[in-house]
Amino acid sequence: MTQEGSIITDEMKALIGVEGTPTVLEVEKGAIRMMAEAIGDPNPLWQDEDYAKKTKYGGIIAPPVFLCSPRAGIARGVQRKSPFLRALAGGDELEYLKPVKLGDTITAVSRVTEYSEREGKRGKMLFTIIETTFKNQRDEVIVIGRSTYISY
Amino acid sequence: MAKKQLYYEDVEAGSEITPLAKISTMLMAVKWAGSSGDFNPHHYDDAFAATQGTDGVITHGALKRAWLVNLITDWIGDEGWVKKFSCQYRALDRPRRMASMMTPQEGETWWCKGKVTNKYVEDDQHLVECEIWVENGKGEKTTPGNATVILPSRG
Repeated sequence: MTQEGSIITDEMKALIGVEGTPTVLEVEKGAIRMMAEAIGDPNPLWQDEDYAKKTKYGGIIAPPVFLCSPRAGIARGVQRKSPFLRALAGGDELEYLKPVKLGDTITAVSRVTEYSEREGKRGKMLFTIIETTFKNQRDEVIVIGRSTYISY
Repeated sequence: MAKKQLYYEDVEAGSEITPLAKISTMLMAVKWAGSSGDFNPHHYDDAFAATQGTDGVITHGALKRAWLVNLITDWIGDEGWVKKFSCQYRALDRPRRMASMMTPQEGETWWCKGKVTNKYVEDDQHLVECEIWVENGKGEKTTPGNATVILPSRG
């Protein structure tokens, strides 16, 4: 039952936990470099093959934020509803289990895990938590992300 | 580029993470949009941003998150591992406008900072917990967060 005055509808509740369309991303050197440049992070571990070869990873890895982007599939293809047109990022929580290596093929799957509502300065706000699980080509879970979006 | 390796034994509760300065600019916003795939015009289009109830263009939260992760990975070195990371986008930040194609106007500089809050050994992992944040030009923490990292031990 939808509570009186609640913006969280039964239709929205029914979509909680439903997995969205997977996003598949091949981890390319140029894409890693572009992201490192956008951050302003010159760490040679993300870009210099000779340097990275001598580290415990044995080659270039992606910076930890690499997967946590719409391009890599965070919150993409997910079934979500909101009565509002505007949204802001509220926060992120990430668990890193394994490195993302150059040449990996990553599959991301997102789902809404929670809706909640709050009264804010601009009236009612909807908080949506979306969880995304990233697996590599060996089906190993490498990153789990939980993002909060504030719709208003 | 020679990098220094941080060890578990080098840090204690209260230890400061080497601060990292960043400047949010319109150029960076566009680069971040391109590399992350977050093309929300709220981050680079004044006319659109004016309709969003935020008094104009705002810096991507995810870019501030990336700065904080940069702070941590610089500090922990190649042998360290970010195990858990979280941050909240509590206050809005606004990019500097461009003075020329590559140079921003004078203005605010943001500092990524942090300190160690706890360290312990669990399941053979040498874990260090940190409080981290992005500070705006007025010294306000706009983006607070927490990280748990694994460091090598001199054993």
